[in-house]
Amino acid sequence: MIPTVIFLVALLLVTLGVAAYATYAERKVAAFMQDRIGPDRAGPFGLLQPIADGVKMIMKEDFMPASANRWLFFLGPAIAMTTALLTGVVIPWGGTLDLGGTAFKLQVADPDIGILYVFAMVSIGVYGIMLGGWASNNKYALYGAIRAASQMVSYELTMGMSIVALVILTGSLSLNDIVEQQRAGLWNIVYQPLGFLLFVICAFAECNRAPFDLPECETELVGGYHTEYSSMKLGFYLFAEYVNMFISSAVISTLFFGGYDVPFLDGLGLPQNVTVILGTVALFLKITFFIFLFMWVRWTLPRFRYDQLMDLGWKSLIPLAILNVLLTGVGYYLKNGI
Amino acid sequence: MATPITQPLTKRSQVVSEKRMTLMERIYLPAIVKGMGITLKHFFRLRKATVKYPEQLRPMSPVYRGMHVLKRDEQGRERCTACGLCAVACPAEAITMVAAERKNGEEKLYREEKYAAVYEINMLRCIFCGDCEDACPKEAIFLTDRLVPTDYTRGTFVYGKQWLVEPLDPALRVDVSKRQPKAVAEFKKDRNFAHNR
Ligand code: SF4
Ligand code: SF4
Repeated sequence: MIPTVIFLVALLLVTLGVAAYATYAERKVAAFMQDRIGPDRAGPFGLLQPIADGVKMIMKEDFMPASANRWLFFLGPAIAMTTALLTGVVIPWGGTLDLGGTAFKLQVADPDIGILYVFAMVSIGVYGIMLGGWASNNKYALYGAIRAASQMVSYELTMGMSIVALVILTGSLSLNDIVEQQRAGLWNIVYQPLGFLLFVICAFAECNRAPFDLPECETELVGGYHTEYSSMKLGFYLFAEYVNMFISSAVISTLFFGGYDVPFLDGLGLPQNVTVILGTVALFLKITFFIFLFMWVRWTLPRFRYDQLMDLGWKSLIPLAILNVLLTGVGYYLKNGI
Repeated sequence: MATPITQPLTKRSQVVSEKRMTLMERIYLPAIVKGMGITLKHFFRLRKATVKYPEQLRPMSPVYRGMHVLKRDEQGRERCTACGLCAVACPAEAITMVAAERKNGEEKLYREEKYAAVYEINMLRCIFCGDCEDACPKEAIFLTDRLVPTDYTRGTFVYGKQWLVEPLDPALRVDVSKRQPKAVAEFKKDRNFAHNR
């Protein structure tokens, strides 16, 4: 029990830390891709920048429009942040540690429906944005929120479909099982390249990252769903985006890139705990790569137009996802029979 | 496809192509990968364009149109004669002045009998077009490569003579030789042109 609580707290801190430094990384990546240096004033290489940003966010005036719905206005960012943080508990962050005789699994909870839990949390996250936009009592914020909601709902379909194909392959909804299967065989990316592509595209859309960052559209919507937000409430929204990015990267790594699996590591005969820690390190490297991918794409591609976004989602991605399910099903049938 | 116009108005007119995109183009992914390749190349490029501002100043063109200076002549007298031509020329109406008559004993201070007792430029209105400097018949006002410092209140941006007139000390004089090369100075003296008379 005690180790679980410690692990839970550690997980929370790691998630927050990674998200905080993702904001720093984002600025650095953006700068480097634009031939700039980026933040370099706060501390060596600007490493204290996230702390400075945090202090700034907290010190800013906390303003609420007079016509806003008080409670919903508070609830919006809270939901966004909470759901973002809650997803981390079902992800297997590593193998089983051996703590002086007791086995300790580096995963807070392993429900049979792990992946569905992730989906559930992601869909509740929509409420955070929707409530924020609605409670602001500002038409731009409302537009932003509606966009966000319809975008996320549309892309969740494809996301779900690409998971269906994966579940056909693995026969389990538990994230731990999915990883274990990949450890035994090949990574799922080999069997599911199309599913992976669809999943990544949808993950971008779910995190409201460019090129799908339509909920916040400076030119058309002033700011989007968080137009009326200031101070730490805005900070929560922005921060939740980075937490989501971290979790999405973790989910992508887990589902398609073997999670904490390092090929051939088990054959080396290292002590178990070392193997487990190396696996966790490997998982974090994979996650880092995907976070970088998120940023890389953001600073490469321009934003979609809204109708293009819907076209892409409904007319291209969903048919492709269905096709992927069909192909996977046929492949599975040919190999294993019913 | 639209039928081309038989007689184009200019040689520059083009027939706009309405070519359908090929499947490869419509998938977008190859183009996206190519674009990501370009950004990645920049990511690893070592030469960065950042100028670390307060410590490092960006080289400024010598003919940059920055903050104004009111010049003195070789003997340290103010050149401005408060003729008001700069104020008239100014499209932003940023310049105002009050003229005064030179008293006996002030010959060391002002070059002409009339001088500007008050000379103000509102730096918030000024668009740094340089028209004032072109209009001045006395070579008194110039734009320089100095920047107008920032401030928090609007009032402080009305620059009076204490900010505009260059210091007496020859070492601190503001160099405008780049803005006024010989040829320009000669040209301005040429009375054949109506605007120089
Ligand atoms: S630079 Fe142009 S706008 Fe500024 S004071 Fe001179 S004439 Fe006026
Ligand atoms: S600066 Fe030149 S144009 Fe303006 S009032 Fe003085 S002499 Fe006349």
